[in-house]
Amino acid sequence: MIKGLLTTLREMFQQPVTIQYPEVKRPVRTRFKGRHVLKRYENGLEKCIGCSLCAAACPADAIFVESAENTDEERYSPGERYASTYEINMLRCIFCGFCEDACPTEAIVLGDNYELSFTDRHQSIYTKDMLLEPVPPGGKPTPQNTEPGKYTRSVPVMQDPQD
Amino acid sequence: MGLEQKTGNLGVVTTSLEQVVNWARTNSMWPMLFGLACCAIEMMAAQAPAYDMSRFGMELMRASPRQSDLMIVAGRVSRKMAPVLRQLYDQMPDPKWVIAMGDCASCGGVFNNYAIVQGVDEVVPVDVYVAGCPPRPEGLIHGVMTLHEKVKREKLKDWA
Repeated sequence: MIKGLLTTLREMFQQPVTIQYPEVKRPVRTRFKGRHVLKRYENGLEKCIGCSLCAAACPADAIFVESAENTDEERYSPGERYASTYEINMLRCIFCGFCEDACPTEAIVLGDNYELSFTDRHQSIYTKDMLLEPVPPGGKPTPQNTEPGKYTRSVPVMQDPQD
Repeated sequence: MGLEQKTGNLGVVTTSLEQVVNWARTNSMWPMLFGLACCAIEMMAAQAPAYDMSRFGMELMRASPRQSDLMIVAGRVSRKMAPVLRQLYDQMPDPKWVIAMGDCASCGGVFNNYAIVQGVDEVVPVDVYVAGCPPRPEGLIHGVMTLHEKVKREKLKDWA
């Protein structure tokens, strides 16, 4: 019996395991799949070329993409086309990462944000402005005015994937 | 309730009463034990020591709807379960709130077929939708805090 009481006594002086969530956040794993982020190149151009492969791969039909033509005066992404509308319904999305796998330019990446709760269904539709990451330092915001013949290739030369 | 009609224009009294009652409601909101699928595992994890939900006054899950204020619909609701869900909701005493936890409860998720209710808001009024498949325990707690924000904004004249 004393042995059992000693266990109780020992537990009394241990730190509680509770994570005080809203103040302290447990860091997510490197391959955690949270809310999507649309990436940009270092010069500020969007990686997304509006090919809709993510929408085709999506098992829950959460993604809607509409594409439009790029011109050299108003260039959003390298190559011919860009996504003029990009919407993801977070209540449909099951965070499987198929869109990430399907993307030929690694434009869509599942990020770290898991705090997704809404009081209304309409709030759950994330538009392109909400998903795009901010312009990196040294880059220019889209649309950019570029010289003709510079961005002809829409899918870049890829390297080995990294986490 | 008719309190505002009786007291007339007593702004200070009614707003402070409003705050006190809303404070009490947010800080002791007992959820109902209503796990239907995989989201229930995360709901259990949110109650477990690591993300102790009793920090928010959710001391324990009540198995009886008559003792609970909040229904966390955790998981997909089949067509056969929908009348049960509605009956349990009707048995809960007012005031009552509903959280649709996860994609399936919110809008059907991947289960776009005839067997699954495409969102529990077909059956009961939903206050907060939590996205994720399943949401992390933090995600559920974030949804609970969103609900708390909503409850704190509730007005006295809407109680009646």
